[in-house]
Amino acid sequence: MTALLEVEDLRVAYGKIEAVKGISFSVEAGQVVTLIGTNGAGKTTTLRTLSGLLKPTSGRIVFDGKPLSGVPAHKIVALGLAHSPEGRHIFPRLSITENLQLGAFLRKDKEGIEKDIQRAYDLFPILGERRKQAAGTLSGGEQQMLAMGRALMSRPKLLMLDEPSMGLSPIMMQKIMATIAELKSQGTTILLVEQNAQAALSLADQGHVMEVGTVVLSGTGQDLLHDESVRKAYLGED
Amino acid sequence: MNTLPQQLANGLFLGSMYGLIAIGYTMVYGIVQLINFAHGEIFMTGGFGALTVYLALPDGISMWIALPAMLIGGALVAVLIAVGAERFAYRPLRGAPRLAPLITAIGLSLALQQAVFNWYHVDGDAKSARVFPQLPFGPLHLGSVTVQSGDVFLIIAAPLCMAALAFFVRLSRTGRAMQATAQDPDTAQLMGIDTNRIIVIAFAIGGFFAAVAGVSYGLKYGSVSYDMGFLAGLKAFTAAVLGGIGNIYGAMLGGLVLGVAEAMATAYIADVPGMHQLGGGSWAPVWAFVLLILVLLFRPQGLLGERVADRA
Repeated sequence: MTALLEVEDLRVAYGKIEAVKGISFSVEAGQVVTLIGTNGAGKTTTLRTLSGLLKPTSGRIVFDGKPLSGVPAHKIVALGLAHSPEGRHIFPRLSITENLQLGAFLRKDKEGIEKDIQRAYDLFPILGERRKQAAGTLSGGEQQMLAMGRALMSRPKLLMLDEPSMGLSPIMMQKIMATIAELKSQGTTILLVEQNAQAALSLADQGHVMEVGTVVLSGTGQDLLHDESVRKAYLGED
Repeated sequence: MNTLPQQLANGLFLGSMYGLIAIGYTMVYGIVQLINFAHGEIFMTGGFGALTVYLALPDGISMWIALPAMLIGGALVAVLIAVGAERFAYRPLRGAPRLAPLITAIGLSLALQQAVFNWYHVDGDAKSARVFPQLPFGPLHLGSVTVQSGDVFLIIAAPLCMAALAFFVRLSRTGRAMQATAQDPDTAQLMGIDTNRIIVIAFAIGGFFAAVAGVSYGLKYGSVSYDMGFLAGLKAFTAAVLGGIGNIYGAMLGGLVLGVAEAMATAYIADVPGMHQLGGGSWAPVWAFVLLILVLLFRPQGLLGERVADRA
């Protein structure tokens, strides 16, 4: 069986500065795969390239059997790749409901959309309570819930989450991670980028450690969690 | 004639024309953060497009038949030029330093002026204005207010256009996509929105509104000229800033406020002791730009500037 997402020798540059220097990895359907690493490792650049917001300088991305080279961002969503961006990027002056509706922008099945909005409210009850409120007035954690809920609205085959726990309180972080675990148990395929390596690796089937644009170490989540160098570098142990 | 209600009405008529043009500035700015300084010329080409259609029609044709054809012709010209400017002048410069599209806009503005000037140039005719046909009825008298025939068109067209735009932006799928693109273009693409298409639509709507304003101008003043877009464009830009650039309701409100302020200042400022030489229409642009300076000093976000803060 071929993987849902295959990335081969991907290189991405901002002008002359290469941010991603030839990385390869794959995501099988039903898996949670995580990219961990410090700031500037190239994780966000990788996700932004996968969703078409950045153009790679070279390398191959094959999603669901189709090469993504030259496909514009707005058409990549249609293929089933959803991206919840770093910093959440909800539409601040639209309501929660309107944000969720935009997540389903390409869908035509009105009833299905309504059902999925209800499902998002079930997953995140606080969003349901505030559905008419402008999204910009939500707290950081609530905005993160909205960003995830919005990404799910396209019924993606692969959900990419970029730093979902960034800037959140420990309690909110736990909630978000629990939600990711719940999505995983429902069979959602997830590519998770996190600085919180402990939480990400505990959830992940596969993990890749990135350092300055390259993958330096790969393994199952559990292997990496117990790897000595990972524990030293990312889990704060001496 | 110089009663207060009359001046107020004059200001509102003028202001709704500014507002129609201001929509083009504010929509384009709201979506691509570009001040399209050629927009005044798009307004002008709208007027000339309508005039060209009129001249092509048989002599003595009723204005009731000619006007719809003129509107369509003017709108077609203005929308094509606006969309063409986006495609060939501004799109290649997206991501370039801000100054580049600004200079391009000024260049485009001069090019359009000169093109129309040459197109309509008549040997030995030093004047640049071209006579514009008038609606076939006289002024209406509503109480103490007299409404010229040209303003009747404005009274009907401006609110109609605004209402249609408000419904379109709030209720249609494309309108929702426009709001999303204005607030966060990258994320809009992640939703599956073709932001290039949205930008083209913003330019097209701006061009259409400018054409309606261009026809209004011709009907109101009885003539159009190749340089009519310069001052009207600057004032409409002022109106857009006054209302809160990026906000379509702000553009219309800014236009009305500017029009009324101009009419009032023109009519009454000479009565203020010591300011008797500042009265009259030739001072009108001065009051418009004084108002702009005041807004920029005391309320730079404009009257309806964005209210909801973005939280990081």
